[in-house]
Parts: sequence; structure tokens; C-alpha cells
Amino acid sequence: MRTRALVKRIIRQFIRDKRTLAMMFLAPLLILTLVNLVFSGNDYDPEIAVISSQEQMASQLEKADKSFTIYENKTLAAEDLENEKLDAILEINPPTTKITLEGSNPTANKAVMMTVEKTLKSLTPKNNQQTSMETEVTYLHGSADMESFDYIGPFLIGFFIFFFVFLIAGVSFLRERTTGTLERLLATPMRRWEMVAGYVLGFGIFTIIQSAIIVSFSIYVLDIMMAGSIWFVILITLMLAVTALSLGTLLSAFAKNELQMIQFIPLVVVPQVFFSGLFNIETMADWLQPLSYLMPLTYGGQAIRDVMIQGGGWPEIYDEVLVLAGFSLLFMILNVLALKKHRKL
Amino acid sequence: MTSVIDVFDVSKNYGSQHVLENISLNVKRNEIYGLLGPSGAGKTTLVKMIAGIETPTNGRIKVLDTDMPNLHNMTRIGFMAQSDALYVELSGKENLEFFASIYGLKGQKQKERIEHAASLVNLTDYLKRPVHQYSGGMKRRLSLAAALLHEPEILILDEPTVGIDPVLRQSIWNELYKLSDAGTTILVTTHVMDEAEKCGQLGMLRDGRLIASGSPQQLKESTASATIEDAFLYYGGVRNEN
Repeated sequence: MRTRALVKRIIRQFIRDKRTLAMMFLAPLLILTLVNLVFSGNDYDPEIAVISSQEQMASQLEKADKSFTIYENKTLAAEDLENEKLDAILEINPPTTKITLEGSNPTANKAVMMTVEKTLKSLTPKNNQQTSMETEVTYLHGSADMESFDYIGPFLIGFFIFFFVFLIAGVSFLRERTTGTLERLLATPMRRWEMVAGYVLGFGIFTIIQSAIIVSFSIYVLDIMMAGSIWFVILITLMLAVTALSLGTLLSAFAKNELQMIQFIPLVVVPQVFFSGLFNIETMADWLQPLSYLMPLTYGGQAIRDVMIQGGGWPEIYDEVLVLAGFSLLFMILNVLALKKHRKL
Repeated sequence: MTSVIDVFDVSKNYGSQHVLENISLNVKRNEIYGLLGPSGAGKTTLVKMIAGIETPTNGRIKVLDTDMPNLHNMTRIGFMAQSDALYVELSGKENLEFFASIYGLKGQKQKERIEHAASLVNLTDYLKRPVHQYSGGMKRRLSLAAALLHEPEILILDEPTVGIDPVLRQSIWNELYKLSDAGTTILVTTHVMDEAEKCGQLGMLRDGRLIASGSPQQLKESTASATIEDAFLYYGGVRNEN
């Protein structure tokens, strides 16, 4: 009952504060769009040579997508690939499929792989076992280890949700203290856990909306690679937001004003960027690596990637989701304890 | 008359700083008890401990025969803090609805209580406005209304009339008398000497010590003072000589 009153109040306050709403919902979209522009530019139309012993297959491919061109001669194709007139050569000689990528442009590589995969899938009847046909990928230049927006995008979605929710929730809870309303609430029979629960639920409603907007925008507008289910991504980002929410309200207990709350960003938020997997953790010093296990974003980022890039489902992400739930619960309990500083009961 | 607030030998330290030293007082039912003292005397700390927000370093505090802090007791106490603890984005009505819900008031009862409390402080016409458009005095009155919503047996008011114009201050005091007649016990802090005269009982607080207590009349007579201010100076001076 008391928690519900708190939830209702938070919703009303939020709706009045249009600018904060905009920061929560629109700022991540703006930044994601910028990063997307920086990393991927326009949609890339690959040029792919098709060399096949099966003429019917080759012409089907050519018809299916304008990227494909039939080459009779392998030497000529290799020459065009070297001169960057082609992005890849696709050789289909059942039972093997061989793709040779030019390889220096990650965007082109990705475009080739997606076009080939999509086209082959559409050409192969669903009940045909040939889908399991082995594909061998070789690179003329470069390698498969590359970064592009598809790779960092899932991580950035998690990061921006974490960052903005952490900041807004932290400052709101802090303001409750600096304006004296926390003390006023403590003079009521409201229990400390009811207060923490009220905050998590009240803000939680807005983080659901935020997650849905950011994830949908990334997938449908920025056209980020999405192999799995959008619902799983929303679930993970929501868990990540709740973690950020509980951490932000907890840490606000240790800040005296808004400026001190902002000082937590380099201490708490920025390290997560370095240790949570956006940068390669395996190449860091051994003693630094375990730090990544302490970062909520490690689990969130990994889980979002599992779904968006690898098409993972519940079996792949449940452990990360549980760890995030654990983090949230821990922060909430600590917050209930931290409020003891203000009232013993 | 029974005692509803009992403070036994209470001290409060923040680190090495002694804010209150060996305070004992009691407040009887229906009484209007005034805590008089300059700012920094420890009035706010004392009323916060009585309201259950702070805990004493030493000594104990009983409210309605129960040791504080006690969550059940908090439903029987109305507290108005020194700073206006209001949500400025919300309207006056929404603020009152929030506090009413916390005290478990709902539906028709909630509506009636909000209307009643708002009319007591003359804010009925302004309830729909967001609080950030309120003047300082209006905010004080809204805070007072929020403390009255759940019909508390004990009302604790920390400097309730600061920044309120004399006419309205008079009407608030009339309201306090009415509440007191109806059975509410009122503990009020003030640093305004003439306001202290309106209280039934007074406690004079200076540098964390209770230097005198009694009715305004008693305090003036026993020090042969014409005003409360003279009496305060007298007691404060005695302490300085010691």
C-alpha cells in the first residue's frame, strides 16, 4: 500500500519532468545513432563472384540478389578480388561451399556473409537437409576478428541504459535526501524496504519503456544485427537497468549533492567500459582480469551479444540474467541497510 | 493529566560534538509545549528524536508509553519538519494524496481529510497548482496540512510559523488551540520569543541544555521579568555564571 503510494508519486513526478524523461529515452538513441554512423556508414552492397559446378544453382543465386555475378573462370575472379572489384568469391561444389573474402573492410565482410547466408537460406527448401552444408571461409586479407557496430552495438545498448538509469535514479534518490523529504518519509510508518521497493518499482516502469524504445530503435532503425529474439534483449536490458537503478540509489547514500553523485561516474561507470568486454579482457594483465566478474555490465553485455549476434535463447542467457538479478537484490539489501544511517527501524 | 511524551536524561553526540546534554522533560496530554531557543540550541535534534527519526546517544524517550523509535507510534504522530519536505513537481493535492496514502488513508476518507486539512491552512483554492509555484508561506502551510492528515494524537512542529504573515500565523495558532482542545498534544519549536507566550508550557533550550521549564507565567514571575525574553536572558545568564 505504502509502496504503491510511492510508485504513484514517482510516476507523477517523472511525467512532470520532461527533460529527464527525454534524457532517459532520447539521449541513448542519439548517441547510438552517432556511433552507428561513425562505425558503419551507409548500407554496403557487396560484389560477389559465383563459381559453381551446378549451373542451375549459380543462376538462381544471380537472380535472387543483385550482388551475385557468375564467373566462369576462377583466375579472372581471383584477379578481380585482388583489385578490389569484388568483395568475395563464392564457390559451390557440393558438398562443399567455399567463401573467399577480400577481407580488409569489416563492413564488406559482414555484408558478404549476411548476403550469402540469407540467399542460400532462401534458396534451400526448409525440409532439405542440405542446409547443414559445410561452409569454408577464407580471407584474402584481414581475419574474422574485427570490430564493427554489429559487434559493439549490443554492448553499447547495455552501457547507455546502465549509464542513464544509474545517473537519473541516483540523483532522484539523492534529491529526496537533500530536500528533506527522505527525513519526512522516515517520520512516517513507511519501512525502509518499502521505500527501496517503491523506488525500484516506480523507476522500473520507466526503465521498461526505456529498454523497449532503445532496443527497438537499434534493431529497426539502426538495423543492428539481430539473430535472436527481441524479447530476450529487452529482458536483459531491463535486468541491467534494475541493477543500475539499485546501484544508483545505493551510492546516492554516499553523496552529499548532485555533483558528488556525478563524481561516481568515473569511479563506477567508466571502469565498466574497460572491464566488461567492450575491450578484449584476455589481453589484459592477469591480475586485472578477475575485476570483470565484479562488473554488472560484463554479464549484461555478454548476454545481449549472445542473443543479438549468436541468436542465443534462454539456455544461453539465464545464468547472466540470474547474476544481474543477484546484483540488484544485493544492492537493494545494502540500500535498506544504508538507510539505517537515517533511522534505526 | 497523563504524560504522553517522556524524555529521560537524553544526550546526543555527533562524533565528539555534544548537541544535547542530559535533557529531561515531559509533555502532558492536550498540552501545547513550546521549545524555545536560538538556532543551534538543539531544538530540531530533540524533536527529531521524539519523532523517532534520530536515536539518542544516551537516555531514553517514551511516546505514548512506548520506547521510540517505534513504527506503530509513528502513525500516531504528525511531524512537520523545519524544511518544507514537499515534492515541488507535484501539485499541492498530489502531495497530500501521497502522504495520506502512506498513512493508509484511501477513497472517500482520504478525500475528506485532504479537503479538511487544506481548508484549515487556507489552501483549498491552490491545491491544483504545482508546489514550485507556491510562496514560502504556502509551502509551510502545505507541510502543516500534510502533518494533520492522519489526525495524529501528537503533533510535532519544527518552527511552523517561519515566513508566515502575522494574520495567518494567528489563524494557525487558533487552529492549534482547537486541536489541543480536541485532545491533540502539540510540541512546537520556535525561536520567536513572543510566540512562546502562546504555549501552555515552555522549555528553554540553550547550547544543548534545558535551562528552564514551566508555564510562561511561572517563568516570568520566578525571574521577576516582564517578558519571556528577559526570563530567557536571566536563565541563560545564570548558566554562564556557573
